[in-house]
Amino acid sequence: MSKIHISNGHIIDPANNIDKTGSVYLADGKIVAVHTSETNGFDFTADKTIDASSQFVSPGFIDLSVRLRDPGQSYKGTLLSETSAAAAAGVTSLCLPPDTRPVIDTQAVVELIHDKAEKAHYNNVFPIAALTQGLAGSELSSMYALKEAGCIAVSNADVPFSSLLVLRRAMEYACSHDLLVIYHPDIPSLSNNGCANEGAFATRYGLPSIPEASESIAVAQCLELAELTGCRLHFSQISSKRSAIKIQQAKKYGLKVSADVAIHQLHLTENDIEPFNSAYHVLPPFRTDKDKLQLRESLANGTINAICSDHQPHDLDAKLGAFPETEPGVSSLETLLPLMLKLVKDNAITLSQGVAALTYKPARILNIQSGSLSSGLPADLCIFDTEQHWEISQDNWKSAGRNTPYWGETMKGRVTKTIQAGKIIHSL
Amino acid sequence: MTNIQLNQNGKLKHFLSIDGLNEPILTEILDTAESFTSMSKQQVKKVPLLRGKTIVNLFFENSTRTRTTFELAATRLSADVLSLNIATSATSKGESLLDTIHNLEAMHVDMFVVRHAISGAGHFIAQNTAPHISVINAGDGQHAHPTQAMLDMFTIRQYKQDFKPLKVAIIGDILHSRVARSQIQALNVLGVKEIRVIAPKTLLPSHVESLGVVVYNNLEEGLAGVDVVIMLRLQKERMTAALLPSEREYFKCFGLTEARLKLAKPDAIVMHPGPINRGVEMESSIADGPQSVILQQVSNGIAVRMAIMSLTMQHNGVAQ
Amino acid sequence: MTDNTLEIPLLLTKLEANLRQQIKQRKLINPIMIGVHSGGAWVAEHLHQQLAIEEPLGLMDISFYRDDFSQCGMNPQVKPCQLPAHMEGRDIILIDDVFYTGRTVRAGLNEIFDYGRPNQVVLGVLIERDGRQVPLQPDCSGCSITLPPGQRIKLTGPAPLGIHIQSFPTESDD
Repeated sequence: MSKIHISNGHIIDPANNIDKTGSVYLADGKIVAVHTSETNGFDFTADKTIDASSQFVSPGFIDLSVRLRDPGQSYKGTLLSETSAAAAAGVTSLCLPPDTRPVIDTQAVVELIHDKAEKAHYNNVFPIAALTQGLAGSELSSMYALKEAGCIAVSNADVPFSSLLVLRRAMEYACSHDLLVIYHPDIPSLSNNGCANEGAFATRYGLPSIPEASESIAVAQCLELAELTGCRLHFSQISSKRSAIKIQQAKKYGLKVSADVAIHQLHLTENDIEPFNSAYHVLPPFRTDKDKLQLRESLANGTINAICSDHQPHDLDAKLGAFPETEPGVSSLETLLPLMLKLVKDNAITLSQGVAALTYKPARILNIQSGSLSSGLPADLCIFDTEQHWEISQDNWKSAGRNTPYWGETMKGRVTKTIQAGKIIHSL
Repeated sequence: MTNIQLNQNGKLKHFLSIDGLNEPILTEILDTAESFTSMSKQQVKKVPLLRGKTIVNLFFENSTRTRTTFELAATRLSADVLSLNIATSATSKGESLLDTIHNLEAMHVDMFVVRHAISGAGHFIAQNTAPHISVINAGDGQHAHPTQAMLDMFTIRQYKQDFKPLKVAIIGDILHSRVARSQIQALNVLGVKEIRVIAPKTLLPSHVESLGVVVYNNLEEGLAGVDVVIMLRLQKERMTAALLPSEREYFKCFGLTEARLKLAKPDAIVMHPGPINRGVEMESSIADGPQSVILQQVSNGIAVRMAIMSLTMQHNGVAQ
Repeated sequence: MTDNTLEIPLLLTKLEANLRQQIKQRKLINPIMIGVHSGGAWVAEHLHQQLAIEEPLGLMDISFYRDDFSQCGMNPQVKPCQLPAHMEGRDIILIDDVFYTGRTVRAGLNEIFDYGRPNQVVLGVLIERDGRQVPLQPDCSGCSITLPPGQRIKLTGPAPLGIHIQSFPTESDD
């Protein structure tokens, strides 16, 4: 396999504390070495040299939640289109939540996904198994078999449990197979089919609303169960201040808990919503300034470990209708980098922290050997230009879903090359 | 962000909510309605203003009273009226909203008057309909009922003339009320002194003060010295949704009785968007009493809707 | 610019004389006089008195009957109509200040006919000018003049009554 030398790039590898210009050497699909001016010279005859001057080189991004809409909802997206978007976004590993159709609760579905990924020439699609059969919230799924088939964790997607007893048992069972439980916190009787945060915006526009408490209560319940069962717990897509504070306290207390936040929740609040524009319809909903501030703080101090895209591409019809009737979700892979860079520009986090939240931290949560440029690891990298401006339009967009509040806007920061296992899977 | 209700000359094209409209526009509606009220008293109650235009009443929620006033208003403007009652359920698999609209557009209509159970339905239709068509919101979910608010403002102006010194109390289920939201917005634009909302906590939306109101949970305190008392309808479903224990208890705490009405100014007017639940929202004697202007509201409803229809249609012939 | 050759008292006297002739010629019985707001109403007030018409003076605002709603929109200050309840079979004297394109009279006639079928309508105007756009004409007038294109003549009032001539870049709406 080819030997690649990536030269002159500014290397950001937070796992190894690297943040300066240098060279990266790849061979046989693995990382051979990283050399900066401080380290010794290196004898390497490259088959291919990539000049990354004025650009950054980092480990490829690991995205904890990407809905490929495949299998089952090809009108919204396919494995091919969405992994293509992932590659364009610099994402070299992604986790697929279990709410595909059929649900990821049998080996057959896992194999199907692996097959499709292979055909699309995209490695590292990590299916997440359903915690309960059919995601019905009642019977445990065959977690062991699913783990053996290649599932990296178990989750409830965003579907509720029929009772806390079932949740407890599911967590105990997952724990006995050393499976990470990824939990989306929500109390349906409180969120009550709402579509906006319970607050001034929802009141003004008469929208059915979701109180912060429906998330924070679910977080509290699950934390207690985590202590009871001893399982490893990860909260997906936290949106509120109260949830963040509870998680912070739990970590201080010593619980094995982690959390991620969707990139758009770090930028948009209910005040940014264009009234009745369904592009802003997301679950959990955009909340208030104080929540956004807390989320940013929690990301900076490590309470929230990782950033994910929470990518949810939709067909046109799904977003055509009166706001509450539309389907929630943003097609967010391709805005992942520019929005992360914007966080850095806003001084909420450093570039290193941003890259960490997208690389070695998610890797650690998933317990995979990835997310850094250590020698011997798979050659998953992304090269990005922080200065490039580009417009979000159909010429520049790979995802089948155009449902983003940023459609038509000019973004700053773009991935120019993505390398997966030593192969270039995206190049501008 | 441009207001989709206004055309590029800043004139009213759609009427979806009071939100985003300024005082001159609201006053223009009230003044225009004034000309139409005197017309209603004449022998010939029709004018040819909208002759040749087709107005479609698209009611996804049942309402005889609102629909008939819109029909009358359209007819008095000499327009052709088409009334469609499309019952919807949450899981209805019928024709999509957009398809319904496009099919009607193919029949060359000029205006949609829409009532729908989902907030934002009016905006959605206005954004997706042919450019020459005007959309009037006859009530969407819990969001807005702007024509009702305007006829309420017209009635207040009739009896009080000047908005600026007024203290207005709105009593009842604010949480679910699109009428209340529109009334509050209109009262704020027209610059009243104070708007009070009086309700139990379960019937008040979160952050209600952000709408520009003062909150009272006690009716007696809230009514002290007010000029206008607006009672809202209490729907029976609220009793089964764990929002209120019973109608009886509601009446005990928040029902407008003669004794309580005396706490307001002696010349205070009592309003209600109707239909009234006698003995729940107010005593029958008040509904029929000298301070009640409820029937006046109803007759004003036609003139105000005529005004809104004419104003939104008037610039549709102008080359844009 | 005011035109001194057009004197109101003279015009009113002439119109009054012509109207008397019409009343006799056309055999009007107990006519109803209707003035079109605003100028026609002022003129009609004067004539109603001078001619000692028994029926109370009627007043009409033709705003809702105009044919230019789509182009010009609504007049926000429409004055209320004061018309007798029964116009069926009656003789009507319609009075306006200026007859120009004829559209105002067309609107006025439509409005009258909506109230019932009159026996006949006699039209009297203070000033008839050139520029007719519909096939209507006054039965009598105070004077008949020609104006250069782009000029519009208007009655001002109510007291004192005056004549005002204005230049307009485009066609007016009367």
